[in-house]
This record gives sequence, structure tokens and C-alpha cells, in this order.
Amino acid sequence: MAQAQLPLDTPLSLPEHPKAWKWYDYFTFNVDHKVIGIQYLVTAFIFYLIGGLMAVAMRTELATADSDFLNPNLYNAFMTNHGTIMIFFWVVPAAIGGFGNYLVPLMIGARDMAFPRLNALAFWLNPPAGALLLASFLFGGAQAGWTSYPPLSTITATTAQSMWILAIILVGTSSILGSVNFIVTIWKMKVPSMRWDQLPLFCWAMLATSLLALVSTPVLAAGLILLLFDINFGTSFYKPDAGGNVVIYQHLFWFYSHPAVYLMILPIFGIMSEVIPVHARKPIFGYQAIAYSSLAICCVGLFVWVHHMFTSGTPPWMRMFFTISTLIVAVPTGVKIFSWVATLWGGKIRLNSAMLFAIGLLSMFVLGGLSGVTLGTAPVDIHVHDTYYVVAHFHYVLFGGSVFGLYAGIYHWFPKMTGRLLDERLGILHFVLTFIGTNLTFLPMHELGLKGMPRRVAMYDPQFEPINLICTIGAFVLAFSIIPFLINIIWSWNKGKIAGDNPWGGLSLEWTTSSPPLIENWEVLPVVTKGPYDYGIEQHKGSTDEDEDEEE
Amino acid sequence: MEQIPASIWTLTAGVVVTLISFWVGHHHGLLPEQASEQAPLVDNFFDIMLTIGTALFLVVQGAIILFVIRYRRRAGEEGDGLPVEGNLPLEAFWTAIPALIVIFLGIYSVDIFQRMGGLNPGDHTMHAMHTPKPAVAVVAEAPSKTTSDATALLAAAPTPEIGIGASPDVQGKAPDVVVDVAGMQYAWIFTYPDSGIVSGELHIPVGKDVQLNLSARDVIHSFWVPQFRLKQDAIPGVPTELRFKATKVGTYPVVCAELCGGYHGAMRTQVIVHTPEDFEAWRSQNQAIATTPVIPSLSDRHVEEMGVTPQLVAQVEAMTHHHSPAKL
Repeated sequence: MAQAQLPLDTPLSLPEHPKAWKWYDYFTFNVDHKVIGIQYLVTAFIFYLIGGLMAVAMRTELATADSDFLNPNLYNAFMTNHGTIMIFFWVVPAAIGGFGNYLVPLMIGARDMAFPRLNALAFWLNPPAGALLLASFLFGGAQAGWTSYPPLSTITATTAQSMWILAIILVGTSSILGSVNFIVTIWKMKVPSMRWDQLPLFCWAMLATSLLALVSTPVLAAGLILLLFDINFGTSFYKPDAGGNVVIYQHLFWFYSHPAVYLMILPIFGIMSEVIPVHARKPIFGYQAIAYSSLAICCVGLFVWVHHMFTSGTPPWMRMFFTISTLIVAVPTGVKIFSWVATLWGGKIRLNSAMLFAIGLLSMFVLGGLSGVTLGTAPVDIHVHDTYYVVAHFHYVLFGGSVFGLYAGIYHWFPKMTGRLLDERLGILHFVLTFIGTNLTFLPMHELGLKGMPRRVAMYDPQFEPINLICTIGAFVLAFSIIPFLINIIWSWNKGKIAGDNPWGGLSLEWTTSSPPLIENWEVLPVVTKGPYDYGIEQHKGSTDEDEDEEE
Repeated sequence: MEQIPASIWTLTAGVVVTLISFWVGHHHGLLPEQASEQAPLVDNFFDIMLTIGTALFLVVQGAIILFVIRYRRRAGEEGDGLPVEGNLPLEAFWTAIPALIVIFLGIYSVDIFQRMGGLNPGDHTMHAMHTPKPAVAVVAEAPSKTTSDATALLAAAPTPEIGIGASPDVQGKAPDVVVDVAGMQYAWIFTYPDSGIVSGELHIPVGKDVQLNLSARDVIHSFWVPQFRLKQDAIPGVPTELRFKATKVGTYPVVCAELCGGYHGAMRTQVIVHTPEDFEAWRSQNQAIATTPVIPSLSDRHVEEMGVTPQLVAQVEAMTHHHSPAKL
């Protein structure tokens, strides 16, 4: 705890500290939250590329109805690890670990996270976990899907499956440690002059995310440990022929893994709430509603997990209860969407890359959310569960939502992280390709699922071939969309236009320090004198005062 | 020239959005043909949700596009936008309306689900008539020298209480046709307990109340007929049921929807819905007296992992009175 008690009123003078970190510091057990944030982002992005390559291989396979590109078991291994990597090694670590670590202390006026060493430990659990996951391919790769339902997971590629479980337990541990850190940091380390109603909405979102992760992640760990025992030590927690119950696993798994989708989207909601007001030059519309809706999603989100099990061993009353609870989640989510749209009204919108991705997210998340409502109702879900309709839905909310949000965040905060601006032309090209690719890949999948194509298949009914071909073309467009982004990141990091401390004219505290920030963030901690979204208020007040003067 | 009032524009937009939404909701053509009693119920509900969803999508999307075009920063423009931080009546409105919509959808879901038979799995009349023998019960009959307590655990396999049961019009009545459906990697085995027919395809009469007793022999499978809008997992150790009436003669795909291994995508067969006369003809044609009982072959792994010994097979053979299968 001692490390959390930094003196808040005087600048830290640590002569042994350099003025800025060198490139090699990012390969060390550095405890600075900004280094850790970038470590998370870069590592996660590398995994994103690996997971993306798996997706391209899968879509290539699915261009034709027969299994003629990948061996079906390898297809299942790619499918399993694509999902696992994209969730556990890309979106969660990038959104929570990357942006959360980098931004939360800067936004609340802290010099670091509450527990810096714990923070470093949480990050460094990720690379070995990723290595373990990728090494599982030496043993065929886990092939039971990211859900890893037993009995399939207990009898298929068991060594790889055990490695998969251990990898997930490692990243889960990382998530728990990170959550503790965020909760304490936000709760205890706000600069004294910052009221709760001046806390940036990204921090509210991180608070909700951390609470959710803290409650739900241990349940997944428990479920997976039992699965590990069933596979390796002869226990029968999930073996029906020896008194076990396979449905118990599904409950334990989804008790975490439905909240996991909120872990992947709540921080993104936070990013949206930061990006939109700055570039629309307007206060966020309905600050309190957005803050409380994050907490509402956190609470209600814990009681919806059975909608993933409507066709499983679920009694009727449970199907009905969880239909209702799932539908209720749409309300706070809708509140956020409407508030962001209202924030655009009357603004002076800068249509730069960050804002384009934010608006793109808004468009696609609406569609994903609406298809989610249909999936939340048991009668329709019974028809479309485990079909491509579900694949379409969650890619709209996770790619069209989470990944677009991550891109928006990268374009928005890259100048703060590196001191340089990303190239706008390449950014717009990246957006256009990504937007087209996403819709081309995932929109037709709705029809595939409704018409009768199950998910997780390497071979399918030939009648679905034309639509699958469209999806595959879209996937290649998406794959190519990464190229301008990569060029942009690498080139701009080294030779981009100097950004200055506050290139967007932001009002939250991270824009009050240098770009990149000093090692302890500020020479002297900032004093909060206005809200993080008070755009146009002073100008408006000024013009009102002038009007009054004229009247006098 | 006077400007057209904003209220007129809003009213016009509302009418256009409503018309488009209704048209999309009823002409989307996204669902396959309807071939069961449950299908129109699900489809009507989906149509309603698609209508509401289209309207919401158009309103939100329209607002986004309109605002982005209208309020974009022009070249050389400086300064900030209007400092509007909230509007309580508006926020209350857009919280209350979605809340009312989801309450309506929730109540309607329960109603549809009840009419589908979803609230009535495990009809006790059925239990008295035919107790399904889950496939894993084979293990329950293992020789007593095994140390497994599977006998006690599985012999008492209850009547299915999970799945889709009797719809209100047949509640309390015994089904017209009962079929035991066993999923295994990578096939469905359909057994007709009243006639002993074992088939690799499902044959049922149109317009009759059919009950499928689902079980799984190895991993979880999921029985799905898209044209029936019905799906239910077949879970090892958990008997489940699916009760329905087919309404249209024809041949429809039976798809396994739950990942069950490498060849999950190939686990497809078909359901043939006959006229009652054709069904009887098929049944009598396939009800030949069998001399050799057929037990669907299990893979080596099943034999090894499930403890199915040659002695056990012999024991089962002695107990069963199965006849030759029509197709496997």
C-alpha cells in the first residue's frame, strides 16, 4: 500500500529517472503505467494480426462448400484460437490493459496506478499465456471452440486443450489483478480537486468494467480448473457417465463469458464518450445518464448469461427469466447510443480519422445491438442459436464496435502517446476499407444463419456458397485494410508531424501534460477548474455576456 | 417563400420510416419456408422485431447522417458547438420508450414460447407411455464388476424435462409418433420404439403430433431443422425432447448446430415429412422381421472410453429386440 501513497502536492524529484523512456524500456519489467499501456497495446495488436491471419485462412476455406483448403481439425483449431485470441489477447488487453492503463492515471491526475508492480505483473502474465496458446498448435491446437464445452473438450486434442486452459487462466489472473488496480486507482487517487461528476466517462466505464471483471473472472477460472482436472486427473465434474453434468460447465463458462462481452465494449463506450465530444466540439450529452448506464450494464450484465444456453439444458422458467433480463440490457445501452447521437447535434464536427471510426462504430453497433435484441428472445434464438446469425451479430458488436472503438482511440490518443500525429489521408483510407470490409463480411452472415447455416463448420450445404463467397471477399478487404494502418503507425511514430501537447483541444487532464507525457506525468499535479466536456461553455458565456453588454 | 415547418418534416419522416419498416418487416425473405406449427409463431415474432428494429435503425442512422452532414466543420470555421449538456424530458423519453418496447417484447416472448410448447416439456402422460432410454444408459448396464457408479446415476434417467414440449392444443395428450433420436459423431440415429425401426433419416407424418426424445452418445449435439424453426441440444446424460407438428409435406435438412468435432459440418441428414398414408407405407415397408439386431457401431474411442466391452454388447443384444434398419 505504501507505493500508493505518493505525495500529491509536490513534484517528485527522482534524479535517477530519465526524462523519457527509451525504446528498450518497453522490453523490461517497467512499472510506469504509460509503458505498460503501450506494452499492452503493441502486444495485443500483434495477437490481433495473428488472429486475423487465422480468420483469413478460415474465410478462404469457407469460400467453397467443401473442406478443400484446411483439414477440418485444423479449421477447428484456427476457429477456436481465432476466437480466443481476439477476445482474450486482443480486445480485452488492448481496451482495458492498453487504454485503461495509459489513460486512467492521466485522466484523474495521478502519477501512476495504485499498484505499479502489480500492474507490471498483470501485463507480463500475457506474453507467456500467448506463447502457451500458440505453442498448443504443436499438439494440434485446441479444437473445441472458444467455449470449450465438455465432453468435446475432454476428448479432443487434450494436451492442446490443457495448454489452452492454462493460457486462459493466466490471462484471467492478469484481468483480476488489473481490475483491483483500476478500482483502487480510480477510487483513491483522483486529484483532490476533481469531483466525481468531473470524472471522465472513460474512467466511469473502466470502473464498471473492473467491477464486472472482478466478480465474473474467478468463476471462469474455477470452471476451467475443473475442466483441466477432468482432462488430466480422472475427475468427473463434467462427465455424465460418472455423475458429472456438462451443463454446469456451460453455466460457469457463460457466467464469465457473457460479462466478457461487456468487458470488451464498456471501455470502448468510454473511448466513444471521450472522442465524440472533443471532435464534435460539444459537451457530452447526458453525462450522468452515460455514467450510470455503465454501472447499470455492469449490474444487469451479470444476470443474462443463460441466453447463450436457450437450446441447452435450460428449464422453461430460466429461458423466460433470462429473456426478460437480456432485453433489459438494451435500455442502458440505448441510452448511451442516443446520448452520443445527441452530442453530434449542433456540433462543429471534425471528420478526422478518430471521429470517422467513432461514427462508424455508432452505425454498426446499432445494427449489432438490434440483432442482439432478437437473439435475446428465446423463441427466435432457438432458431438462430449456433448459426451464422450469431456470428454476424457478435462481429457487428465486437468488430464494428470494439475494434472500431480501439481504432478511434488509437487515432485520438496516438499524438499523446508518441508526440506525433498520424497521417490523416492514410487514416481515412484505413477507415473506408475497414468500413466496407466489415459490412461486406458480416452483413450477409445474417441471412446465412436465418436460412440454415450453422456456425463452426468447415464444410456446409452448397446452397450457401454464393453468400459465403461475398463474406470471403469482404474478409480479404478487411485484411488489406490493415496495411495503410500499419504503414501509418510505423511511419508516423518515427517521422509524423509533431503533435504538440493538445492537438485536438481536449479538456480532460491527459491533454494538460506534454506529448508524450513526462515520466511522472506532471511536474506539478494539475488542478481541475472545469469539467472534461465543457466545450463551448466559456465561449457561449462570453457571447452571452457580450449580448448583455450590448443591451445595456 | 416561407420555409416548411420542422414539424411537417418530422411527421413526413415518421410516416416514411414507418412505411419502410413495415415493408421490410413483412417482405425481408430472410427465413426459409415454414414447415411446422411453431414456424409461423417464430416468424411473426421475428417480423415484428425486424419492423421495430428497422424503424430504430433508420431513425438513429438517419440522425447520425443528418447531423454529420449538417453540423460538419466547414473550412476555416473556428469555435465550438452549442453547449447543450442534456435535456431531462428527452432523456426520459428515450429511456422510457425502449423500456416499454423491451417489456412488450418480453411479454410477447413468453406468450409465443408458451404457444410453441416451450413451457411444457416433460408431459407425464408421455412418461407413462414410453420411457426413453438415453443412449448413455448402455453404460448403466455395464457388468457389475466395474467400479463405476454409473448404474445408479444413469439408470434413473428421468423423463425429458428440457426442450420444447406439448403445445396447448395437444397438452395432456400422448403424441401420435415417438422417435428416439441419438446424436453421435457424426450422425443422427432415429429409432422408432413402437416398431423397432432404426433409420439414419427421420420420417414423420404431416399434421401429426411428433415427439423426439433426444440423447447424445459422445459429445453435445444439437438437433435443428431450420424449416421447423426448432432446435434442441442433445446432451450426454440429460434427456431432452422436441415436440412438434410438421405442416407441410417435403424433405428438409436436419443439421447439427453444436460443435461436435472436426466433421461437425458434415453431420447432416434429412427429415422426410410424408402424407399419413405414405408414412404408413414407409413404416410397414421397413418393419421387416429382423434376425440380426443392429447396434450402431461405435468408434474405438467410444469403446475404450465408455467401457463398452464385447460382453456388454452381447448383453445388450440379448436384451434388445431391434429389427433390421431401413437405412443407416
